[in-house]
Formats: sequence, C-alpha cells, structure tokens
Amino acid sequence: MKSKLKLNFAVVDKARQFARDIAADTQKFIEKHTSVTIERTCARLLGVDGVDDQGVPLPNILVDNIRNNNGLSLGLSVYLGNAIIQTGKTPQQIAEAVAAGELDITRLKMADLFEIRAKIEEIAGQTVERIKSNRKKREEYLGRFGDKTGPYLYVIVATGNIYEDIVQARAAANQGADIIAVIRTTGQSLLDFVPFGATTEGFGGTFATQENFRLMRQALDEVSEKQGRYIRLCNYCSGLCMPEIAAMGALERLDVMLNDALYGILFRDINMQRTLVDQYFSRIINGFAGVIINTGEDNYLTTADAVEEAHTVLASQFINEQFALISGIPEEQMGLGHAFEINPDLKNGFLFELAQAQMAREIFPRAPLKYMPPTKFKTGNIFRGHVQDALFNMVTVVTGQKLHLLGMLTEAIHTPLMSDRALSIENARYIFNTMADLGDEIEFKENGIITNRANQVLNEACTMLESIRKDGLFKTLEMGRFAGVKRPVNGGKGLDGVVEKHENYLNPFVELMMKGGLK
Amino acid sequence: MSSGLYSTKDKNFSKELDLTRLKPYGDTMNDGKVQVSFTLPVADDDRAVEAARQLGARMGLSDVQVSHHEALDKDFSFFVVYGNLTHTVDITTIKVATIDSTVMDMHGVDDFIKENIGRKLVVIGASTGADAHTVGIDAVMNMKGYAGHYGLERYQMLEAYNLGSQVSNEDFVKKAIELKADVLLVSQTVTQKDVHIGNMVELVELLEAAHLRDKVILVAGGPRITNDLAKELGYDAGFGPGKYAEHVASFFVDEFVKRKMK
Repeated sequence: MKSKLKLNFAVVDKARQFARDIAADTQKFIEKHTSVTIERTCARLLGVDGVDDQGVPLPNILVDNIRNNNGLSLGLSVYLGNAIIQTGKTPQQIAEAVAAGELDITRLKMADLFEIRAKIEEIAGQTVERIKSNRKKREEYLGRFGDKTGPYLYVIVATGNIYEDIVQARAAANQGADIIAVIRTTGQSLLDFVPFGATTEGFGGTFATQENFRLMRQALDEVSEKQGRYIRLCNYCSGLCMPEIAAMGALERLDVMLNDALYGILFRDINMQRTLVDQYFSRIINGFAGVIINTGEDNYLTTADAVEEAHTVLASQFINEQFALISGIPEEQMGLGHAFEINPDLKNGFLFELAQAQMAREIFPRAPLKYMPPTKFKTGNIFRGHVQDALFNMVTVVTGQKLHLLGMLTEAIHTPLMSDRALSIENARYIFNTMADLGDEIEFKENGIITNRANQVLNEACTMLESIRKDGLFKTLEMGRFAGVKRPVNGGKGLDGVVEKHENYLNPFVELMMKGGLK
Repeated sequence: MSSGLYSTKDKNFSKELDLTRLKPYGDTMNDGKVQVSFTLPVADDDRAVEAARQLGARMGLSDVQVSHHEALDKDFSFFVVYGNLTHTVDITTIKVATIDSTVMDMHGVDDFIKENIGRKLVVIGASTGADAHTVGIDAVMNMKGYAGHYGLERYQMLEAYNLGSQVSNEDFVKKAIELKADVLLVSQTVTQKDVHIGNMVELVELLEAAHLRDKVILVAGGPRITNDLAKELGYDAGFGPGKYAEHVASFFVDEFVKRKMK
C-alpha cells in the first residue's frame, strides 16, 4: 500500500522491533507463572460449571482446595486428572464432591504424571473440538451471508437485565448494527470469580455470565437468520477473570472481546503481574476461538490529552500487537484501539484526528482497528453531540476503520435509549454511504499539517518504545508513562492470586490451542 | 410545502414578557414552543401517530404536530413532536440554593488560602462505591485539569490526593483520617436506578459515626448531581456539569473560613 501520509517506514520497523523486544522480555516473566483464574479456566474448559449452595462457583471451590494445600504450582489439571483416575468420576462430579466437603483432591494417591497427562488431554481435546466447531459455525454463517466490507457498526446495550438487553439488541440489529456489545455491570472487573446464570440486576451494565452469553447469542442468531447477515456479539475479558471470560466466550461463540491487561492495570488498578500473566492465556483462547480482540488504548485519551499523548496510544498498539502475536492471534483478529477525543475547540483538531486515524491504518494494515467515538467532550448538548459524532463517522469512512463504535448524542446523560441508538446508526449509515469512496480520492499534501502530524506522532512513539525497552514494561508502568497513571509493581488487586509454576506444571490447553492452528 | 410552515394563526396572545407566567420561547414571546422526542412500544402506524399526538396533548401541549415518526423495530416506533406548551410558571416565587461563593481562579484560591487560612488544605477525592468512572474526579483533581481548567493537584496551597475509582466508603473514611483531610470530594457517575443515592448517604452516616462530619467539608460532583440533591443528602455542596476545579475550590476555601475551621 502506498502511504498517503509519506510515513517513514524505517521508523515503523524500528518501533516494531523495540515492541517485539519489550514483549519478549515481559514474556519471560509471564511464562514462569500461573494464576487462580488461569486454573479456574482450566476447570471450566475441563467441564466444571455451576455453583454451590452459597452461590460460590465450583471452579473457585476446586482451585481454592488446591491452593489452600499449596498445590497450585502444579496446576489444577494435574490434580483433577489424577482425581479422575483415582475416583472414576467426571470433573463435574469431582467438583461437586469437593464442594460437599466429601473430597480433597490434594490428598489422593498420585498416579503417574504421564498417565495423568494422557487422561487430561483426552478431555481437553473434546472441549477444544467444541470451540473449533463454534468457529466453524461462525465461518459457515459468514460463508452463507457474506461479511460486510465497510466498517462494522458497533453499539452497546447496558440495561442491567439480560432479557431487556435482548430487546434492545434485537432492535439495534434490525436497525443495522453489526456488533452488539453487552456492557458489564460496574465493578465486575474487580470480582475474582465469574457470576453464574441469567441475571437481571446490574448497574450501568449486565453481568458477564456464560448463561447471559448463551441467551444473547441465541437471540442474535435469530436476527442474523432473519436478516441474512451475521450479527457479531461482543463482551469484556478485562479484569481479574480474563481467561475465564475468554473461555466462556469461546464456548458460547462470542465474536469480539475486549482483552487488554494494560487497560486493567491503568484504569482498574489490577496488579500488573497478575493481569499480564492472565492476558497471555486469555489471548490464546481468544485467538483459537477466532475472536477479534479489542485493546483499550482509546481510554488513555479520556484521562490524558489526545494531542500531547497521541504517541502513547501508538506505542501501546505496537506492544499489544506483539503480545497478541506471541499468543497466536493473527493480525486479522487484532482490534487495536484508538479514539476521536481531541478537544473540539482546538483549531484544525479534525485534521489531527484524520492524521492519527490514517496513521494507525497504514501501520497496522491488516488489523480491524477499533475506533472509539468522542465521549470526553460531550456536554449534554445533544445537538452538538450529534455533530461531533458525524465528524467522527467521517474519519472512519475516509481512513477505513473497522470496528466503529457508534457515538451517542446522549453521551454524558444516560446509557443509550433505543432511539439514541437508532439516530446514531442513521447518522453513520448516511455518512458511510454518501462518502463511501472519498478516502480513495484523497491524497495528503506533502509537508502539510496532516502528514507532518502523523510523522511526528510516529517519531515520538518510537522514542518512547526505545526507552520502554531500556526500562522494561513493569518499570514504565510504575513511572506513569501511559495515561498519566502510576501503578506499583506489587500494588493493585489480585497479586496474591499469582503462583510460580513447578517444573511439572500442566495446562493442556496452551499447546492444544496454539497448535490448533489458525487459518 | 405544508401550509402550516407559514401559519399566521394562533398569535392572538399577549406578546409581553410576564415573569409570573413564564413560558418557553420559540420565535415569538409566549408562543410556548417545545420539542419532545420519545419511543412508543408499538408498531409505527396511524394509530401510533395519533397516540403520540394525544400524549403530547396530555403533556400540556396545544397544536401538537408529530413532525417525524419511524419504526425502530417491529413493535417500537420513534416520534418527534412539536407543540405549544400551555403551562406556565411564576419565576418570581422560585427559590433555589445557589452556591454563593464568588469564583476565584487558581492563583486567587492560593492567595485566599495564604491570607485567610495560612496553611495548606488537604483534599481527598474518589469515585466511591462500585462506580468505576474516573472522568469526573480526574477532571477536577488531575494536574492537567480539563478543558484548560487546571486540576486541584496543581494548586500550590492544596495537598490533593486522587484515590481513583471504586473506593469503598469505609476506605475513603479511613484515608480521610490518615491524611487528616479537610475536604472530601465524592464523584458519582453511575446513577442508574439511583444507586448513587444510597452510596452517598452511607458515606455521611460513616462520617457521623466517626465524629468527622463537622470536621470536614463534604462535596459531591457528577453529571446528575445538583446542589439541592447534595444538600438534601447531607453534603455541603454539589457540582454538576460545566463546573471545574476552580468552582469547587472557591466553594470549599470560602466555606472553610465561614465555618471558622482551623
């Protein structure tokens, strides 16, 4: 592709190499560790589900049983595999027996590790097949209906009640939405367990549970069939349960999932060691399931200035790209994030937005970029808000953004009403149609405001990556160089759930999914 | 073109501004013009349009025009309605609790503290309860500030601590004691189903239980917070949209002196 921005690709290559080194350095730490949620994920993927009479999820009960007996460094799979061999029960029956206080799986006689591995891989293989068949089902839908070529219209529903969410989601899909994201209830990211069953009470969003995923998937499949186009479903992995939610998403055929450790560290104060370890496994699952991940760089600009800090977004995208590659996620599944958040009062602000969006497009040419709408400078003046969203829509169609999260004219007032969403979809469709090929017609002036802006941001990002490579990612986060937020390496939530792996540690899914291969 | 666009009828009303009978203004004094838009959970057809018109009339509108209607889904339709409001209010009898401190800029606040208080004030702020949104508290507290209005961290005579989001009321009070805070700022963004009300009241109760309520200035802020609401819940003031760090700071330094706090 010819660069419309005259970008210096030697600098792009250099920046990418710095990011590769940063990710590889961090990966050394990641691979030595596991966490409580990674082990709970294995429990789920091996068929353990449900809650005890106190409402505690059985995966938590199993993992706590092992952890309380200092066995977690071997991994849940070793103990569960052994328990299957020793008791002849299924994983679910074993979990129920532990919950009832009838069984302690760390006190059983230990079978040969080779035998345990064979047993566990047999069960794991069945789950991996189920996830593979979900992927096939999505591919069948897309084969039958075709996939959309322009930007995907991405809207959120957030009523707190999954059944009400379904009503809203159906209406949005009927109006033309391509991706429905169910926003999670506020605070779920800090729960070190995943709630169970269909839920009807949430604040500012709806609990992510496997049953809620299933209900929404089913409703959207019905709309897809009726409309003859595949409606994608999105939810959120970020938080203390990244891999568990990724696993639930894989089992219920979600298509898009937010997945970004850096976001959790900066904006939810989740411990950096914990969430980077969790992110690795959750991305392996997302990658294998054919899920498009979304990264959270757009959020940096809600706290930091979108002009001064634009390079931090690009630097983070480079790092996220490398972490995704390590987890087996192909570029086509990397929804790297950025946002339209420049102060509307800034002269030529639109030109800067255009420059930054085009820059991201050219640097990550195959990635379905996730572009977030204006929120920070929405005031409650819905009429102006609708104009801001129109400008944002123009940038997307001119620069070829893919996951286009629709702005709402009522941003800063309430979570979207059905009519807000309809007006927003109408706005975007109008602009995407009337300007469909405008991007192809445009070349940017050499040494103009736009080309200079893009190259400046690129250079600053490259310099930043060079210094992160020198200091390491952990120290960089301690110094507050992303989003202006400082996080100590031993601070935040969830560090006590990180465990160093024993040399006999077993997690059958890493290998199975990594070699499961992506087309 | 419909003939209604240039209608000259219905202008037989007084064109004088009467503050005891105040009405919305479209293009003529006392025409009462308003617009409303809403969704009805029924299919978009002639009966639905008439239902929308009748709802407009029930709201107190005369000459109701359904200027736009469209289907949002099989059983949902959207309406834009214009009409002339028949209701009036007497604005001369309205009393509201306005925050009557004069607004100083950052340097003004710093000078005021130096002259009238003589020591740095300790300010802690957080998005409390389950609320994960930091946009509001960040705008008021962060060094950088918001839209050109510097945040409290930049004020020379303030020691400002932004505790971030999802801070429990218990932790917030603990931190207030530990840091000997003079001013507590509480940000509430999520207000769905009035979750913020219970959370805000709980903080007041905890402060009272710890005998701290009189020793601190307690301020709430957020997109749905009004001064009236905040006062009703036992806060000293509330700040809604369009208020920046200097509004909040001007209020609490003034209040600090008025209450003869030390």
